Amino acid sequence: MAHAHESNMKRIWTVFGILSIITTVEVYLGITKPDFLFKETLLSMSFLNWIFIILTVIKAYYIMWAFMHLEGEKKSLRWSIVAPLVFLILYLCFIVLVEADYIFEVFNNSYYTWIF
Amino acid sequence: MSATVNNEHALDGGPGPMGATYGKMMMWFFIVSDALTFSGFIAAYGFSRFKFIETWPIADEVFTHFPFLHGVNAPMYYVALMTFILIFSSVTMVIAVDAGHKLQKSKVAVYMLLTIVGGFMFLGSQAWEWKNFIKGEYGAVETAGGSILQFVKVDKTQKNGYARVKLEEFAATLPEVREQLTRDKGVWFMEESSIPTYSIEEVKAGFAAHPEVLVRTEFIKDKEKTVLSREESVKKLNDGVLVVEGASLIRNEYGHKLFADFFFFITGFHGFHVFSGVMLNILVFFNVLLGTYERRKSYEMIEKVGLYWHFVDLVWVFVFTFFYLV
Repeated sequence: MAHAHESNMKRIWTVFGILSIITTVEVYLGITKPDFLFKETLLSMSFLNWIFIILTVIKAYYIMWAFMHLEGEKKSLRWSIVAPLVFLILYLCFIVLVEADYIFEVFNNSYYTWIF
Repeated sequence: MSATVNNEHALDGGPGPMGATYGKMMMWFFIVSDALTFSGFIAAYGFSRFKFIETWPIADEVFTHFPFLHGVNAPMYYVALMTFILIFSSVTMVIAVDAGHKLQKSKVAVYMLLTIVGGFMFLGSQAWEWKNFIKGEYGAVETAGGSILQFVKVDKTQKNGYARVKLEEFAATLPEVREQLTRDKGVWFMEESSIPTYSIEEVKAGFAAHPEVLVRTEFIKDKEKTVLSREESVKKLNDGVLVVEGASLIRNEYGHKLFADFFFFITGFHGFHVFSGVMLNILVFFNVLLGTYERRKSYEMIEKVGLYWHFVDLVWVFVFTFFYLV
């Protein structure tokens, strides 16, 4: 084994605490939906949604790094897992969401009613 | 250490490329490909949502149930509970892996068992969630154009000024009989699983008799669904052709048809992964009890199954965000 296995119990409970706090914050914001976050937008998405997505990525980081123990793997393995995922998912989202927005515009500005 | 890779034990689980054993490395690459499948699902959800951005259902108004709180509007609490169950079962799994490194057989067994219990709790919660989703609560009317009309009345105590009205609160009872279509009564391929409690005529008659009831359309304005005036409501309801109660793959009372389809496919596919994960956990749990890994002097199998289990948790984090929060 490339890395020594001392006990990780402290790390595990810390990460559990972080994940719990983030989830609690998400749920609190999701229920209260404060107007100053919910109705203000940045790059045509509400602040609230930005917060949710950023918190989700932070949670994903902690699950993959601590629980799935990527932090203890070699750099090459780590990158061969994370890089394709990050690139392909961002690319997929970009292309699919832009297209969907375009279709929405087409329907919205067309001469016939498509939902009634 | 050096550029030389010793492949002597490569096929019996010895060290493989990138400092991981072959088993662990391939579990990781399986997870990468599975993650891309889920990304495809969630991106497709995003596509449909952006395409119908003005009429998409608001998740907060759909998932409002909590066990033993009947009739209480409790958005999000239940999914939050499910999230905690899954995160906690991830924690017990990682403790089992940790104990495995120290070859503590009974500790591994105990925490594997807790993980399995957590998995079953999550599956049960999901079944309950599906039951509520399929059953529906308020009922709605579908128009000839395929959009959904819901019913509300003015209620100043609510945040947005309107309270939802159930069909049963205003629908009339007319002396009409509508038989369920079964295969033996018509053409062999035509049947329906159930008929709505009220016919569209009964809903229309009840609506005419209750002037306080208004129609709420799917259109979102200022982050709220639009409520029509009474005159507009009467006019709009004339387009109604079908009574919709609950949800199926064909139509649902919450709004756009694709909403229920994506709900069933994404949470269903995830639930199937959880189920497979529980099965794998049970398998390695019995191997721990039998002492298989004790004899092997390596608990790496726990680690590999653990990777899969954490992945299931990871996917749920994203489903939670994109289905329930955003």
